[in-house]
Amino acid sequence: MIRLQGYQRSDGRKGIRNLTLVAYLVECAHHVSREIVYPYREAGCQLIGFPGCYPNPYAHRMMESLCTHPNVGAVLLVSLGCESFARRRLMDAIASTGRPVDLLIIQKEGGTRLTVEKGRKWVAEQIEAISTTEKVEMGLDELVVGTICGGSDATSGMTANPAIGVAFDRLSDEGAACIFEETGELIGCEHLLARRCVTPDLADEVVASVEKARRYYEVLGHGSFASGNAEGQLTTQEEKSIGAYAKSGSRAIAGLIKPADLTPHGGLYLLDVVPDGEVRFGFPNIVDNAEIAELIACGSHVILFATGRGSVVGSAISPVIKVCGNPETYQRLQDDMDVNAGAILAGDSTLQKVGDEIFDQTLAVAAGAPSRSEALGHQEFILTYKSFDPIGPACLPTV
Amino acid sequence: MIDVLQIHPNDNVCVAVRPLPAGWQVQCAGVTFVLPEAVPIGAKIALARMRGGDKVLKFGEPIGSLTADVEPGRHVHTHNLESDYLHTYRRGELVSGGRWVDP
Repeated sequence: MIRLQGYQRSDGRKGIRNLTLVAYLVECAHHVSREIVYPYREAGCQLIGFPGCYPNPYAHRMMESLCTHPNVGAVLLVSLGCESFARRRLMDAIASTGRPVDLLIIQKEGGTRLTVEKGRKWVAEQIEAISTTEKVEMGLDELVVGTICGGSDATSGMTANPAIGVAFDRLSDEGAACIFEETGELIGCEHLLARRCVTPDLADEVVASVEKARRYYEVLGHGSFASGNAEGQLTTQEEKSIGAYAKSGSRAIAGLIKPADLTPHGGLYLLDVVPDGEVRFGFPNIVDNAEIAELIACGSHVILFATGRGSVVGSAISPVIKVCGNPETYQRLQDDMDVNAGAILAGDSTLQKVGDEIFDQTLAVAAGAPSRSEALGHQEFILTYKSFDPIGPACLPTV
Repeated sequence: MIDVLQIHPNDNVCVAVRPLPAGWQVQCAGVTFVLPEAVPIGAKIALARMRGGDKVLKFGEPIGSLTADVEPGRHVHTHNLESDYLHTYRRGELVSGGRWVDP
């Protein structure tokens, strides 16, 4: 059994990083928060936040899940003062986990300069205080790994995505929880997903979630398909889908979850990221980092990111490992890439070998080695309005 | 070094695993043909003569319907293949139906 080391959290989960998070509760507090983080951005201090002035249950739940993510050791909340975010409720939720937490209200602190000064002082103290946190043994069955593809092209589905599928099979066989997502990029694969579900009722839920995505995108008049996908020789949504689907590997699908739902045990899960109900608030996932934030809110410690065109993003909170499917892209962007899956097309490697390499990289990053995007300082984060109904009883049949 | 790959035995297209020039002779799945035009890495190339309305199979699964007849060796992409689910957006096209200029 492979053993890692992690930071013990009060809810029983363990973290592979020990970050101090600064979270703005409205866009109006974004600049002040960014200024607080800036001198400590390479010392384990990171920035997240929610831009809206109006409250939204999804956004609140996301913020609460992210602020209590196992990779987070301390949290500073920054409010302008007049926005609607339920800041005391969020602060209490964080405090109840035993994490150091503080709240600065810019309108009470005396403005930008004084809030930045006070915030930096608090951050410096927390970084110092949590630096002595002892690590404890962590099993692979305590690890949660998410996967996403972005900047996809025709090579993604032949190399990077199926290689991640190989790694997903190995990780879930070792007891890890593995989450794949974007039901809008599974349109056309419903029948393939259905026969892998552990119960017929779960299969019905999964098929319904993809049908919901199709309806949602039809109303918007635009699928999960960017012009760069076509420039990379992908022609249709269903072609992109079959390539994206390969990330899920071959194991049985144990459950269907929604953003900020935690995986109850190891195995393979589908994350439904398309909102419920009528179409509201615009596009479900305005960009890859919106989905990465949702995978992280579901507990993902590490994200495996397949790209063909060459995405360079990372993320706040959890490290992102880049698997590049296109050998031409890899040549141009290798400083940003962790794994060269394009070597498969060049005849220099195989799916199995690249899958093993992704598995090894996942363990190395979980053990503390920085991924490429992490080393380059990428800490992208985006959170917008959405709305979800709770999952039904058929979605987690083994609980 | 191989030029193209038929991903699944049922596929009626193969995929270029590197850029291939016009006039290049390709052998795949028992068919031999000459490429009428250069294709980039990842391009789909017809393996058989197909009619407009026929389903294109890749990974053994339908990925859309042809909008024009194709001969073996022909590049299959947005100019002759359409989704059976959702319209494929391209840069310069306005979602609501108008057009943006994007030189």
